[in-house]
Amino acid sequence: MTRQEYNITAYTENQIGLLNRIAIIFSRRKINIESLNTSPSEIDGIHRFNIVMHETEEVVRKIAKQIEKQVEVLKVYYNTNQEVIWQEMALYKVPTDIIAEKASVERLLREHGARAVVIRKDYTVFETTGHREETDTLIKVLQPYGLIEFVRSARIAIIKHSDGFNRKLREFERTEPGSEVVENEFLNRRDEVFEM
Amino acid sequence: MLTQEKTTPLAPDTARQTLSGAEMTLRALLAEGVDTIFGYPGGAIIPIYDALYDFEGQLNHVLVRHEQGGIHAAQGYARASGKVGVVFATSGPGATNLVTGLADAQIDSTPLVCITGQVFAHLLGTDAFQETDIINITTPVTKWNFQVTEASQLPEALAKAFYLARSGRPGPVLIDITKNAQLQQFNFAEYQPCTHIRSYRPAPIVRPEYVRQAAELINQARRPFVLWGQGVTLGQAEAEFRAFIEKSGIPAAWTILGAGALPTDHPLNVGMLGMHGNYGPNVLTNECDVLIAVGMRFDDRVTGRLDKYAKQAQVIHLDIDPTEIDKNVATTVPVWGDCKQTLPLLTALVEAKTHPEWRQRFEQFQAEEVAAVIQDELFPTSDELTMGEVIQQLNELTQGEAIVVTDVGQHQMVACRYARFNHSRSNITSGGLGTMGFALPAAIGAKFGRPDRPVVAIIGDGGMQMTIQELGTIMQTGVEVKIIILNNQYLGMVRQWQELFHERRYSFVNIASPDYVTVASGYSIAGRRVSERQELQNSLREMLDHPGSFLLEVMVTKENNIFPMVPQGCSVSEIRLR
Repeated sequence: MTRQEYNITAYTENQIGLLNRIAIIFSRRKINIESLNTSPSEIDGIHRFNIVMHETEEVVRKIAKQIEKQVEVLKVYYNTNQEVIWQEMALYKVPTDIIAEKASVERLLREHGARAVVIRKDYTVFETTGHREETDTLIKVLQPYGLIEFVRSARIAIIKHSDGFNRKLREFERTEPGSEVVENEFLNRRDEVFEM
Repeated sequence: MLTQEKTTPLAPDTARQTLSGAEMTLRALLAEGVDTIFGYPGGAIIPIYDALYDFEGQLNHVLVRHEQGGIHAAQGYARASGKVGVVFATSGPGATNLVTGLADAQIDSTPLVCITGQVFAHLLGTDAFQETDIINITTPVTKWNFQVTEASQLPEALAKAFYLARSGRPGPVLIDITKNAQLQQFNFAEYQPCTHIRSYRPAPIVRPEYVRQAAELINQARRPFVLWGQGVTLGQAEAEFRAFIEKSGIPAAWTILGAGALPTDHPLNVGMLGMHGNYGPNVLTNECDVLIAVGMRFDDRVTGRLDKYAKQAQVIHLDIDPTEIDKNVATTVPVWGDCKQTLPLLTALVEAKTHPEWRQRFEQFQAEEVAAVIQDELFPTSDELTMGEVIQQLNELTQGEAIVVTDVGQHQMVACRYARFNHSRSNITSGGLGTMGFALPAAIGAKFGRPDRPVVAIIGDGGMQMTIQELGTIMQTGVEVKIIILNNQYLGMVRQWQELFHERRYSFVNIASPDYVTVASGYSIAGRRVSERQELQNSLREMLDHPGSFLLEVMVTKENNIFPMVPQGCSVSEIRLR
């Protein structure tokens, strides 16, 4: 099985300590979290985790199940990069005098869709949003011009085929749940064994 | 209405009133049906102990000698009775002493509610005296944990704790209560038990199509084989399991935590699985055509080498915990759900069969194992006593009616292999974690949980010395526990591995023992030491007949090995008889 990037989306209660419960599912198995973002979701009081990991589907499915097993986790999905719309944001701090002197730099920034957030006499902070390769490219571009500081945010991702969590939540709130849709289910995969 | 409230005395349990967090905690325990608490006081939990002073006669508190003993006792209580075990401990070292028991209860799915005291909320994070971050320490070894810093959070937290501990796949829960929350007075109405948490499903929804697919596979099978684990006991599905086995006529083998869910002498009970399990069940795992796993988790001690495990078989896995499906062994048909629910559905769809030829295979292997191993172990002709003959003699005296609590090591394997169990919840052992020192406190707890049944602890000379202080608990409470120490003067299981796989380099396995009978007598516990065969049965009878606890030290042969054995890294079908 090939390893690739997977995006885990977890809908959870907003509970102190839950981040640790989720993080140790990865660390116990020596799996690196490539990126982690927590945010509110479309529903008041429901939190949303976006976690990126580089693993085989077999491992990702097991991790997803283990996360969903935690008491305060409502639902977990995992998706490949093709199945989600995702973005990361990056900030670049560059000396202002260089940008002012060299018109080419300004052109490069425009080409990469960078937007000035702060302009001061000594430095300017640019921002871009996009995929990893896009934000990475701009580092290389700016490096010769005295890039002072760089930071990139965690990834946020929206599942293409998802219609949100509102309907699901109503299902969870019922004491006797109906026939819940189980997205990550599978059958007849006889030869795949979890090897950690 | 208002005037009535003013003049009518309010019923103490139902009316809105002011009370302390500590008192509320104890009322919650009563409302949850708790009768026994195992605990040890300390600074940060003094308010709860102060409140407990007024609950005499309602809550029986067992003062243990060490918090680890307390939690193992609560485990024994829970495993024997099916109820939630409750533990009290103070902050800091009191709480950290629970960690081994929590890990044990987590891996063996034992329902526990542990209540720990914590420093005042305003001191959290200041490295206060006896402050430890017990929530983060216990996160990997609890089903759920929660820190209460305000008394008003207590009713809901405790209700959730009991619901989570006992529902679905049971497990340990820890509630950490800061001292201010214990002391704080608050308005308390009625205790509401928890019945639903929106983010938690106790059991997955049963999918009839999988039950149907499973039944089809079973009906086509020529060599079906059932493996069962503790899930049958935890689901209280012993009768449903028996009905399934008897209708389908499928031979069934057990994991050590499953022992007793089907009586030992049931004709379809073909024995124990795993590293030191029976010969037939291990070999035939790799010859069956349909493997039906009921409430078990394919532990590595059961499966041996996974890539050579039951590869020829279609696997049906019944489990309440979806994360167990496909975790270790890939499943053809997953039957999610509580087996108390799914087994009757399956029984209704399977055809009545007897599989005489297939069952004969098990009998042939059993005869081979008797000749090669069991005969010599149970009826030895050598001078020295064997562990097996002690269990055999015990069986004859108890007739399979006793609760047998074992520690970890060679004696555990012998006890699990040879002890007779007529009833479920009779074999209490540390299975997943393999915690030495488990048996003595767990036996104490088991007796509190089932005072109507005889409780026999079988312990090695190593494990006995790990929690020997709990003899003090026996002395003080007068609880009746029969203790058999099988003393081979070695840490026997490690010695066996060193003999077989490390060229007999016996590295630190030679362990000295105190005079156990004298130690017991120091605790006012009757005792006896036996090393001669002709005295064995009488000694066991004396132990069982003695009114009160009794310690029997049996000197057994020093260098006996447990066979059969699936060596590490080998397939179950490569099991060795010698």
